Amino acid sequence: MLEQPTMVKIYAIAEESPGVKTFFFKWNLLFDPGQFVMVWIPALDEKPFTISYMQKDIMGISVLKRGAFTNALHAKKTGDIIGIRGPYGKGFRLHTNSNACVVGGGIGMASLATVVDRSSDVIVIQGARTASEIIYQKRFQGMKLCTEDGTAGFKGTSVDLLRELLKTHNLNKVYTCGPEKMLYKVFELCKNHGIDCEVSLDRYMKCGFGICGQCDCSGQRVCVDGPVFTTLELNTLEDFGKTTILKTGERVKLRI
Amino acid sequence: MPHIDLSINLCSIPLANPTILASGILGTTKAFLKRVAGNGAGAVTIKSISTEPREGHKNPTVITFEAGMLNAVGYSNPGVDAAAREFSNLQDINAPVIASVIGTQKEDFVRVVEGLSGSQFSAIEIPLSCPHTPGFGLLAGQGTPEATFAITSEVRKITRLPIFVKLSPNIPEICTIAKAAEDAGADAITAVNSMGPGMIINIEAQRPVLSFKVGGITGDALRPIAVRCVYDLYKAIKIPIIGVGGISTGRHAIEMMMAGASAVGIGTGVYYRGIDVFKKICDEMTQWMAENDFDHVDKIIGIAHA
Repeated sequence: MLEQPTMVKIYAIAEESPGVKTFFFKWNLLFDPGQFVMVWIPALDEKPFTISYMQKDIMGISVLKRGAFTNALHAKKTGDIIGIRGPYGKGFRLHTNSNACVVGGGIGMASLATVVDRSSDVIVIQGARTASEIIYQKRFQGMKLCTEDGTAGFKGTSVDLLRELLKTHNLNKVYTCGPEKMLYKVFELCKNHGIDCEVSLDRYMKCGFGICGQCDCSGQRVCVDGPVFTTLELNTLEDFGKTTILKTGERVKLRI
Repeated sequence: MPHIDLSINLCSIPLANPTILASGILGTTKAFLKRVAGNGAGAVTIKSISTEPREGHKNPTVITFEAGMLNAVGYSNPGVDAAAREFSNLQDINAPVIASVIGTQKEDFVRVVEGLSGSQFSAIEIPLSCPHTPGFGLLAGQGTPEATFAITSEVRKITRLPIFVKLSPNIPEICTIAKAAEDAGADAITAVNSMGPGMIINIEAQRPVLSFKVGGITGDALRPIAVRCVYDLYKAIKIPIIGVGGISTGRHAIEMMMAGASAVGIGTGVYYRGIDVFKKICDEMTQWMAENDFDHVDKIIGIAHA
């Protein structure tokens, strides 16, 4: 495989919330839930996005409008072309017949969406700051929602909601993606309950195939050794929940 | 199998084997250096450090093609102060660590070398040959004998560590530049940096893929050129040569050493064969040497010249 973008046409666009759009492409690729693609807008930039939809030969990525790149992506129309390369990284290891729960925070829910699609019976927790930021409401009916301001579902964080859930449910597995401080809390909560946890981490990425050294987390390359790490691996990652690496390569304390 | 000795002594630095992680590959954090050393590298080089932090070029910065890789990362690095924090207590790493130092003018090299002097680096590498970052290397005119002499002399004045000067394969008079470095007090020549720059255009997008449009070429495409450069340098200079360019197998490493290299840098090889490429190359060298009656890797250096 050459690590070069293939140009694909945007087949459809769905608005998931005021700030999140899903872009669909005709592209038949084999992938594991939690894997990502590098998305290229020629002459602008290239960024990693997790695959959030896969049905037959249609794949989708859900994009939160946040900076210059995602703004440019949100301005794209059906029929426009963008570049894609991948899929990259290690995804979630799906286990059948386990009492599983996915815990998504904000746009992190996009990375868990195909886990839900491919699992028969899984509890879905989605946390957001406010009701209007909730995504996939029609797609996953029966989600347990929580918002920081209490405008939808449980008032509190997804960690709080998971803690509540654990009072009445025996879970064997938790899949989670979202802000890293939240992930760390989910991981700790799971550890205290003896629940196996898989966490999808986010780092600034360049090559996507494990040689540039940009996306370090305690010596693990988030792009190829991750982005999904298991409890066993997370136990050895000192940086997890504490520090991240800026575009310059500088190590800084995690803010969120 | 007879005992095969891969250990070398490079400018008085003992290396368990001649494979060195080339600058720019995984050398961003101490944790990565540790991991690469744990995978058999004889020495490791950090990603180049400048005085100030740099974000580098936008993505795409690294892509591959049928015969290698094209990159224009643009020297992203946290700057010397943050680098000194990241690369502290280097004795934790089970291999000598080489600091790669860049600058837009000779004073910058001095500032960075001084800023890193509290870390336990074993050598300083100064690449004067990057083909794709404005202000540095070839684009700043550092690839001339005069500039190479001037910068190397300045660094020589302020460090007792061995200095490796990394040269471009692009320049026909590579031996003249190497001699200028040698005269200025360099202890070894790293040959070569990426060549080019080259360009890859996506024909559907109708645009160059790299954001900087052009990038340095490494990997298989570079190897015959790198071998020729090392072969020429071996005749022209007395100081040792670290051969870099397209080495991903034991056979490649042996070829490079036969041309005259005392050690070999591995970069794109990490992409071709994984982080354990160092161990793989050493195993393959050992096997080849056993089959061909060489007991020490020293005996291979330069034998293609006989």
